[in-house]
Amino acid sequence: MMYSEKVLDHFSNPRNVGEIENADGVGEIGNAKCGDIMKMYLKIDNNVITDAKFKTFGCGAAVATSSMATELIKGKSIDDALKLTNDAVVEALDGLPAVKIHCSVLAEQAVRSALSDYYTRQGIDPLPIVGEIKMPEE
Amino acid sequence: MEKRFIYADNSATTAVSEEVLNAMLPYFTKAYGNPSSIYKLGRDAQKDIENAREKVARAIGAEPREIFFTSCGSESDNWAIKGIAENMAKKGKKHIITSVFEHHAVLHTCEYLEKHGYEVTYIPVSEDGLVNPEDVKNAIRDDTALVTIMYANNEIGTIQPIEEIAQICKEKKVIFHTDAVQAVGHVEIDVKKQGIDMLSLSGHKIHAQKGIGALYVRKGIALPNLIHGGGQERNKRAGTENVPAIVGLGVAIENAVKDIQRKNEIITPRRNRLIDGILKLPYTRLNGDRDKRLAGNLNISIEGIEGESLLLMLDMYGICASSGSACTSGSLDPSHVLLAIGLKHEIAHGSLRLSIEEDVTDDDVDYILDVIPKVVERLRSMSPVWEKMMKGESYE
Repeated sequence: MMYSEKVLDHFSNPRNVGEIENADGVGEIGNAKCGDIMKMYLKIDNNVITDAKFKTFGCGAAVATSSMATELIKGKSIDDALKLTNDAVVEALDGLPAVKIHCSVLAEQAVRSALSDYYTRQGIDPLPIVGEIKMPEE
Repeated sequence: MEKRFIYADNSATTAVSEEVLNAMLPYFTKAYGNPSSIYKLGRDAQKDIENAREKVARAIGAEPREIFFTSCGSESDNWAIKGIAENMAKKGKKHIITSVFEHHAVLHTCEYLEKHGYEVTYIPVSEDGLVNPEDVKNAIRDDTALVTIMYANNEIGTIQPIEEIAQICKEKKVIFHTDAVQAVGHVEIDVKKQGIDMLSLSGHKIHAQKGIGALYVRKGIALPNLIHGGGQERNKRAGTENVPAIVGLGVAIENAVKDIQRKNEIITPRRNRLIDGILKLPYTRLNGDRDKRLAGNLNISIEGIEGESLLLMLDMYGICASSGSACTSGSLDPSHVLLAIGLKHEIAHGSLRLSIEEDVTDDDVDYILDVIPKVVERLRSMSPVWEKMMKGESYE
């Protein structure tokens, strides 16, 4: 299993680990049966993501993609965060082994899931804005 | 705490010992003759191969002519199972019995045979990781060609009741094969006394190099040729012999079986200290019977964390270990062994296997027991699964 230096770096020194008290949006994706769960917390001010934190149960790639995803959306507008793709996460990590690509999809979906929660809390139907959240296959 | 390097994954592979390496070296540049050549350089190589064959035979209580060199344990398993299946099919016997938690070299071979008209019975194992010989007995039919049950499990280290199973097979006149790749050098094996008909072994688990194995076939059992060509390995496996590897295996196996009891007396208390130390962590469980297991093996599930993350963290502390997590296998499913003993998926993902030998000192044990709680705490602190467990919520 070949992990890039960047993946190992984000695994051993994950950025933004933890929870946000009074978060404006919280999303969780994955299930323990498959071996990956990501939980993402967002603080949002004026449509800008001012803070992002995560907790992850999963392999090295799951931790690294969570860490990278939070880095990529922090300080960005919601619109920009919604444009975050798993490919962008993979690229930012200098690649992932093929069997680990699904981790980057989880990270992408965790962000969307947290944004979906944000809209729901605002009394806004998230579906037209965020779209369907893809749950990983069992 | 000073960082150490601790190799605790001897079930995966072992280092080639100095003695083995030194025994092998002349065969690369000096004693390089082809064993089939007529001149002295070749004859000497032939002699050395036969000498190694004798050593392998002696190590497991077999006769030299019953030992065939192969390239690895998986090849030995494949040859034994497919070979017997082919031969016995001619007598209308197309049923094979194995267990659910064999090594993939056995399981995937059996699955292959299923696709080619054979029937396979997969014996379940107890939650302690043991095959019940009665289950084997009850599964034997008139058309059973072969029973193949591993000697010791590669993940949880449980040692199977091989003698009883062999006895049952003898009574029922069914050929009995055992994958002893994990057992050789760790438990006393005597194929004649124990009634084993066929046995697979591997060199790199006992300090020989990778790429060498052997298959013991009791005389009188017919096995089809594996590789057609020259007359090597009594015509059964053609191809110029891997002389250095064979010589190395001979030295390695002689050393491995020499003082099993003494080694186990050193390793067992250290292993037990590791087990007891890790089990002090909450939400952990030992997988596999505590006593009927390889002296150096421990396999513990640590809830709330995932195995690959654990291995990567341990690696940062210089500890080489292994896990049954899905992520280390490249599939979404965790280890079939852990599922076979009844573990839930989410618990199987968080398993840790250590397999130590006597080079892992008491100080190393202290170091490991110092590192593991730190690493576990760190991973649990960032785990949403652990968070839910602590709140008493379900995470399924």
